Amino acid sequence: MMDRCLEIVSNRPVCRDTWIMGFRSPELASATKPGQFVMIKVRPGIEPLLRRPFSVCGADEEHINILYRVVGKGTEIMTTIQAGVSLPVLGPLGNDFAEPAEGEMPVLVGGGIGVAPLLFLAQSMANRRLEFMMGFRTAGEIIRADDFQGPNTISLATDDGSEGHHGFVTDLLQHFLEKHKKLPLKIFACGPRPMLRKVAETALFHGIPCRVSLEAAMACGFGVCQGCVVKASPGGPHTYRYVCQEGPVFDAEAVDWSKFS
Amino acid sequence: MSSCIPDMTTKLGPLELKNPVMTASGTFGYGLEYSSLMNLDLLGAVVVKGLSLKPMAGNPPPRIVETACGMLNAIGLANVGIESFLRDKLPALRKTGAKVIANIYGHHIDEYGELAGALKGVEGVHALEVNVSCPNVECGGMSFGVDPAIAAGVTQRVVRNTDKPVIVKLSPNVTDIKLVAKAVEGAGADIVSLINTITGMAVDVETRAPKLANVVGGLSGPAIKPVAVHMVYQVARTVKIPVIGMGGIMDWRDALEFFIVGARAVEIGTANFVNPRASLDVLDGLTRYCVDHGIGRIGDIVGSLKT
Repeated sequence: MMDRCLEIVSNRPVCRDTWIMGFRSPELASATKPGQFVMIKVRPGIEPLLRRPFSVCGADEEHINILYRVVGKGTEIMTTIQAGVSLPVLGPLGNDFAEPAEGEMPVLVGGGIGVAPLLFLAQSMANRRLEFMMGFRTAGEIIRADDFQGPNTISLATDDGSEGHHGFVTDLLQHFLEKHKKLPLKIFACGPRPMLRKVAETALFHGIPCRVSLEAAMACGFGVCQGCVVKASPGGPHTYRYVCQEGPVFDAEAVDWSKFS
Repeated sequence: MSSCIPDMTTKLGPLELKNPVMTASGTFGYGLEYSSLMNLDLLGAVVVKGLSLKPMAGNPPPRIVETACGMLNAIGLANVGIESFLRDKLPALRKTGAKVIANIYGHHIDEYGELAGALKGVEGVHALEVNVSCPNVECGGMSFGVDPAIAAGVTQRVVRNTDKPVIVKLSPNVTDIKLVAKAVEGAGADIVSLINTITGMAVDVETRAPKLANVVGGLSGPAIKPVAVHMVYQVARTVKIPVIGMGGIMDWRDALEFFIVGARAVEIGTANFVNPRASLDVLDGLTRYCVDHGIGRIGDIVGSLKT
């Protein structure tokens, strides 16, 4: 974990309400693994007060990139920041997806801005065969993976049917599993809570190992504020799990999905 | 004018610190979380997360929400419990060289006594800060801190069961904080610290649900600083024991306001989340201020308000 003031090298929209921001930092780039996140102070001063958490969506030797969806005051401010400006970036934070064992076929399931950490995971497995499924509300919100290095097998779903499968990304997962569930698979998922719950329950039903990346409101990002809990699955030693430190990536078994919506 | 390094040492009754900047309970974990980012030994003291007799899991999520220039939290005193603290956290924290203040929280008055007893004679714990003001736990917390007689009872119980300096942390959620401060002073507190968070609430207008699962939470951050400065001003003029000021301190200028109205030391809270080195930045700024103004001792600023 390091706290650095990093220069922004790029900041541009990739689709409706979604931007990509790049920072120069060989140090952070070499330390960050797929699934980890950073906390960014979007502007000096006391409003907005807290840093915001962002998954790293890609890295090369010199840079890390984050994807962000413009949803509120903090991210609106971010869209106005020019390349050349520096911002405080704390990271890398949290655990990582952990690459699947050889012989396990990675199945990546992302919804909306949740594809961000999966793009980084796919990039890190560029020489492996993998299946990448993405769901978005509509064609205008599709985060085009050809903007990034990495994934080559992509299937798309949109809620309104404007591109790809008309329906949810979880439908794509169901169809895929109907054909391939005998293969040794490992699912990696990130996205809205109802989507994650469906993916996790599907994986648990079929007995397929599944890693899910969760999001939660947090103030610090490294285990201090204790704000970012999710309910742990019953019967285990934990009541709650801390998204920032024990996550953001959890085994599907670790979370109480009945309390997750 | 002298350009010498000012004397930052601070004496809070029986508690001696190398400087007056501490970290506030609940915003600095058990200290170790920050040890990769800063040298904890440079701080006046580390006040650890509130400790209870048994581990506490805390409240259901959502537990925090950002508000204008501040944040609401309803963590619910999640902590590892006193046993695990002594076994798993304190040894490593001691190795950093930092002075450690244990913040304690009981569900009943007896538990405060038991916690003080469990920490009696423990090397590496330099003082107790008694939490009578947390607004988040229904069966205790605030109820101890809002009634002067009950606050005094808790204080007396802790004082009787400890060999360490006793700090009582006061709640701002009262009509007259001076009454509670007087009462705990009378009961034997060595030091008072204030303020804890101010009770608050936020509502999602689309769902019409409270933004915190606990419905109410504690407001912290710059939004509460003027309230905190005023209460420290009131209490410092009321009690003879030293006062530790806190509430929304983000930088050294904020900290100076507390010194000027009568605080002998400060605790840095929410700022630690935003800038992990905030406490050391405050210390550097205070030192520079003393140098720039030819102030030889930080203590010379205390209570120097001109009215």
